[in-house]
Amino acid sequence: MSMQTKGSCRKAFTGTLDALAYEHPDINAVTTDARGSVTLEQFAQNHPDQFVEMGIAEQDAVSVSAGMALTGKNVFVCGPACFLTTRSLEQVKVDVAYNKTNVKVVGVSGGLSYGPLGATHTTVTDIAQIRCIFNMTVLLPADAAQTEALTRQLAQFHGPVYMRMGRGDVYDVYEKGEEFTIGKAKQLRDGSDLTIIACGEMVWYAVRAAEKLAQEGVQARVLDMFTVKPIDREAILKAAQETGRILTVEEHSVYGGLGGAVAEILCQEKPVPLKIMGLPDEDIILGNSTELFTYYGIDAEGIRKGALELLKR
Amino acid sequence: MDMETVRFLEEAACKRRIDIVNLIYQAQTGHIGGSLSSADVLTALYYHVMDVEKIKAGNPDRDRFILSKGHSVEGFYSILADRGFFPREELKTYAQFHTRLACHPTSKIPGVEVSTGSLGHGLPVAVGMAISLKRGNSPAHIYVVMGDGEQGEGSVWEAAMAGPTYGLDNLTAVVDRNHLQISGNTENVMCLEPLADRYRAFGWNVICINGNDFGEIIPALTARVPGKPTAIISDTVKGKGVSFMENQAAWHHKVPTEEQYRQALQELNQRLESLSAR
Repeated sequence: MSMQTKGSCRKAFTGTLDALAYEHPDINAVTTDARGSVTLEQFAQNHPDQFVEMGIAEQDAVSVSAGMALTGKNVFVCGPACFLTTRSLEQVKVDVAYNKTNVKVVGVSGGLSYGPLGATHTTVTDIAQIRCIFNMTVLLPADAAQTEALTRQLAQFHGPVYMRMGRGDVYDVYEKGEEFTIGKAKQLRDGSDLTIIACGEMVWYAVRAAEKLAQEGVQARVLDMFTVKPIDREAILKAAQETGRILTVEEHSVYGGLGGAVAEILCQEKPVPLKIMGLPDEDIILGNSTELFTYYGIDAEGIRKGALELLKR
Repeated sequence: MDMETVRFLEEAACKRRIDIVNLIYQAQTGHIGGSLSSADVLTALYYHVMDVEKIKAGNPDRDRFILSKGHSVEGFYSILADRGFFPREELKTYAQFHTRLACHPTSKIPGVEVSTGSLGHGLPVAVGMAISLKRGNSPAHIYVVMGDGEQGEGSVWEAAMAGPTYGLDNLTAVVDRNHLQISGNTENVMCLEPLADRYRAFGWNVICINGNDFGEIIPALTARVPGKPTAIISDTVKGKGVSFMENQAAWHHKVPTEEQYRQALQELNQRLESLSAR
């Protein structure tokens, strides 16, 4: 049964980073006048020598982080995902990826988190932008427990990473303490009629949708593809082989994101009916993210309907 | 500075200029004007200012150099080869198939701390290095060489704000002020002046020098002001050392013809002979 409790990914991230910074003096946090929105105040207070404020200068923040990493630091550069991934895209490409620096680009308030703030503040192209840059690992944790677990792993992980999370509290998918392997999808439910592959906040909705479908006699496998890159090719091919149909769901444009990554594998290696659910290639209407998930058909009911459509193909 | 040191550095720089012309003529590609203008500053760093053995050893407290104007790479490669970071023989592979000697420096090459090529990255990366090293009480100093046209990149000025904010007296930024960018005089493309005042207003210790004169380069590179990063506005001649290339925007990335190549080498060899004879 999907859980009804909620937690904050960004607070799980910063709380974990704060705790880790005591035992890992190489951990540094860099931010862009975003210590409030990232929830880094505690970290800044507890670790003033491991905290760097760059002001409203995302490009600089990413390059500075790369420079720090080149002196042996494990640098988490944190800010609103919309700015950090787009304004700083070339810094991510050159200073982080090409130079293969030990920088974790952590985008908070991603996807539709900023709801009514408008298109300047949506982050629905970040997966597409970052996953095709070589050397980058791309992570979208589903909930607070997974965010904490991944943050712990990033303390030991050497190399460039992009991790995106939302702003508000999200439904819990995992119990605290659950373990994850970067690059391996987490199967949350087994099924034989189709597989729903989701990432980030969509994972909880995918599980809810699968529960509804089960009541109608449709058995959906659910995979949490929290590592969008390097994507778990084996899990995708196995799902195609065993369930015959794939539905992807993401809080991202339907172009170039999780769906695109899954399609690249399926179309070339195991073509099966595929449906990509996400946000349309248009100016997203305003509202809070829950309202928008429903409007754009990526809430539990929308995913259920998408699954039923896919089963007719 | 004693005359013997100056003569030694002038000779070393002249040899680098010969390498620059050879590399670009052989590969039929490269950025000759800016490599020639900045050759003296790079020579000063690698033959006098920085402890090269410490750099080779990868000592965490080594000084660090970033060529932010990555296109002026030929002189940099010549220096790295001559100082023993990789065999001189490898210079022949510059810009050839499957080489690691790309037309912009990559960190795959021994001695290259940071891959560059896109402008406006070197100063912010240097700021990051300087912050971490200063916090760790390292004696290391960070040197970054930028182009003057590069000053058009907004990211340069983001970092220019950060340097003084963090009191980075372990950072020296050199602007190779050769007055020409690819489309012509910088002031006709996008005004940079008053460049020294701009850095000063941002809180830097600013030194203006003739960047083709070791007597001025060395004191500037070794100048330190507690609590402030240093910006050196290094006035240079684009194409320095080859008469027909000097102060000509076209020589930003033009490749010499065979005749021009021979003349360039003749001029530089004559200069080298006159330096040796002194």
